[in-house]
Amino acid sequence: MKFKHFSAAFVAATILATSFPVAADLTYPMLSYRTGPYGPNGTEFADGYADYFTLLNERDGGINGVKTITPECETAYNTAKGVECYESTKEGALIYQPLSTGITYQLIPKVTADNIPLHSMGYGRTSAANGKVFSHVFNYPANYWDGASVIIKHISDEEKGDLKDKKISLLYHNSAYGKEPIRTLEELAKKHGYKLTLVPVDHPGQEQKSQWLQLRRDRPDYIIMYGWGVMNQVAIKEATNIRFDMSKFIGIWWSGSENDVLPAGEKSNGYKAVTFHGVGDDYPVFDDIKKYVKDAGKAAGDGSNIGTALYNRGMYAAMLAAEATANAQKIHNTKDITSGQMRDGMESLKIDNARLKTLGLEGFGPEINVSCENHGGPGLAAMQQWDAKAKKWKLITEFVESDRSVIDPLIAEDSSAYAKENSLKARDCK
Amino acid sequence: MFYRESGDFKTSYAEDQQSFPIKFDRYAIWILLGFAFFVVPFFINDYWEKSVLVPFLVWSMAALGLNILTGYCGQVSLGTGGFMAVGAYSCYKLMIAFPGMNIFIVVIIAGLITALVGIAFGLPSLRIKGFYLAVATLASQFFLIWMFNKIPWFYNYSASGMITAPERTMFGIAISGPSAPSWATYLFCLTLVTIFAFIARNLTRGRIGRAWKAIHDMDIAAEIIGIPPLQAKLSAFAISSFYIGMAGAMLFGVYLGSAEPGEAFGINVSFLVLFMVIVGGLGSILGSFLGAAFLILIPVLMKNIMVGGFGWPADLAAHLELVFIGGLIMFFLVVEPHGLAQLWRITKEKLRLWPFPH
Repeated sequence: MKFKHFSAAFVAATILATSFPVAADLTYPMLSYRTGPYGPNGTEFADGYADYFTLLNERDGGINGVKTITPECETAYNTAKGVECYESTKEGALIYQPLSTGITYQLIPKVTADNIPLHSMGYGRTSAANGKVFSHVFNYPANYWDGASVIIKHISDEEKGDLKDKKISLLYHNSAYGKEPIRTLEELAKKHGYKLTLVPVDHPGQEQKSQWLQLRRDRPDYIIMYGWGVMNQVAIKEATNIRFDMSKFIGIWWSGSENDVLPAGEKSNGYKAVTFHGVGDDYPVFDDIKKYVKDAGKAAGDGSNIGTALYNRGMYAAMLAAEATANAQKIHNTKDITSGQMRDGMESLKIDNARLKTLGLEGFGPEINVSCENHGGPGLAAMQQWDAKAKKWKLITEFVESDRSVIDPLIAEDSSAYAKENSLKARDCK
Repeated sequence: MFYRESGDFKTSYAEDQQSFPIKFDRYAIWILLGFAFFVVPFFINDYWEKSVLVPFLVWSMAALGLNILTGYCGQVSLGTGGFMAVGAYSCYKLMIAFPGMNIFIVVIIAGLITALVGIAFGLPSLRIKGFYLAVATLASQFFLIWMFNKIPWFYNYSASGMITAPERTMFGIAISGPSAPSWATYLFCLTLVTIFAFIARNLTRGRIGRAWKAIHDMDIAAEIIGIPPLQAKLSAFAISSFYIGMAGAMLFGVYLGSAEPGEAFGINVSFLVLFMVIVGGLGSILGSFLGAAFLILIPVLMKNIMVGGFGWPADLAAHLELVFIGGLIMFFLVVEPHGLAQLWRITKEKLRLWPFPH
């Protein structure tokens, strides 16, 4: 009996798995995560992503008249589930934005073979910025190494340009994601003369007592954090416990959301994070989102997180995908684009300030120029600081450039190592 | 009616001792294997390969390995994730160092390296037992993962510590890497699992397997009747690690294509495989397959029914899935504490008498 049930269920699964709908709409599969230790962060990003496409459908009737759809697949930030999600949604997919460095690494070879572009915005493999080696992977507008470099620049500005013998600690998520900036920070340490100590935190990062004991003993001048999910909240709470000066505690953009600072309350005031896009909901596009999406009852979430850091980032990611789609429609002169054409659209994407203004996002991010060699975009980033009273982030610097003289050789080195391991030949970029 | 033994006469010792002495069983296995080898490869697509069949085969291999150690020899191990990592990293280093090597051989050597590591970490089992041994193997889990995180040689000094499988072939057909055809990776895993499942089945019925079972039941008694505990325990650790190492190599090389130690081989993997063995049935080859199917395929099936079939939101489905899987595990363990394999055994007994029970 048991076996019969099992086989019947299996047959059902076959029918379901093979009868996935193939729509003529523009398809943007979302490998999102709303569960697990990273769920609170993943939810905000996913809501922003879905809401922007809903806005395009409701306000403009899609992109140049073609409706968009965003089928969702839950990954729980787990790479094996990410693979399953990718395989089940890749039919007709235009682009993947998995919001996970682990899943990005997994998908890099697969999307290249399947001719689907992968956009890891501010995460993933940093050396994918080298378009000659990574034909289908994009990480504009900024990557982890840009983030690390801009943080060091900011610290250097705070210290009036002298970092000699300063102690800087990197508190990082002990995974591919957290390890990415280490080499950049080491190179920068050689250049600026600061001392770097590495403090790893294992997944999921709920327990950090020993790390903070070490930090308390070391007394670093600055702490840089590359954390995600529950690890951020715990770290910020622990920092307030040892009365660390919050203005000297700086996170990467994935450690700079409202979820991370709110649990520590007033004490988290002054915590900083680097970001590559604007904060708050003071941009015209949010009025449209409220009008066409939230008030019409079509929001992906309950609508309460509009304007939070990660919601904005998801919305920004969707905007970049939509702009690339429009660009692809233009250069290939067709409305129903394929994933290969989408890739071309991304590779020649240009968004200037005038365009940002028409989108209702004036000053939200820097201008973006993608080319065949450079899949990493401008690499500009700004600092944001938490105001615990107002419960708001505010930008405290302009968007500044990272240290290209350090990062570019590192990108060349890492991408050529990848090319060698996989016996790839660099593309010719005319 | 089914599983009848009467009338199934054996006229030689070889026939009497064959793997599946009951005719019905034997035919069923041959039909299943024939279907898996000669029919499935023609219909397989990427989704079935990457989400259903290859994961099932890879985890079955891992469950087989742990079942040898825990189910047959009675040594509880929580180091499965670490041993799978050893297999995966050996596989990676071999792939990079010898680009022309046949991937079948790479996987076998990766298994052998893991076997050596397994023997080293199995040494404490000679002195400590039960929960204490579980703690010792837990230490090996954390040590191995820490080592693969810490020493950059293992991941070829890449910036993120991630390892990525390059394209490697067998008889000129790509098995690893993104352009490997679905049927090839599937047949590769199926062949390995079939060969080693048969080996495991026969090992456990033979002298070594009986020694393991004796140690499992009571090691002092086993020693008194002349079974050397050193050999028996270390051979169990070695062979179990060999299987688990191959599973790790397949998981990294053929199934995922890239991995990082903390996530792909963390402590949760050790527990996952242990649960497969417990739910499937300790000390049963069939149980290893049933346990792997239960914990790997049911979630995929449920996701497809809830999200693909009913169109429910993905996060709701993910939460319900956790509830259902937990509920099902409890249900099966309450109904049959000896696992799914025991349920099958009982079903077989009933089928033997059907349609005329007493």
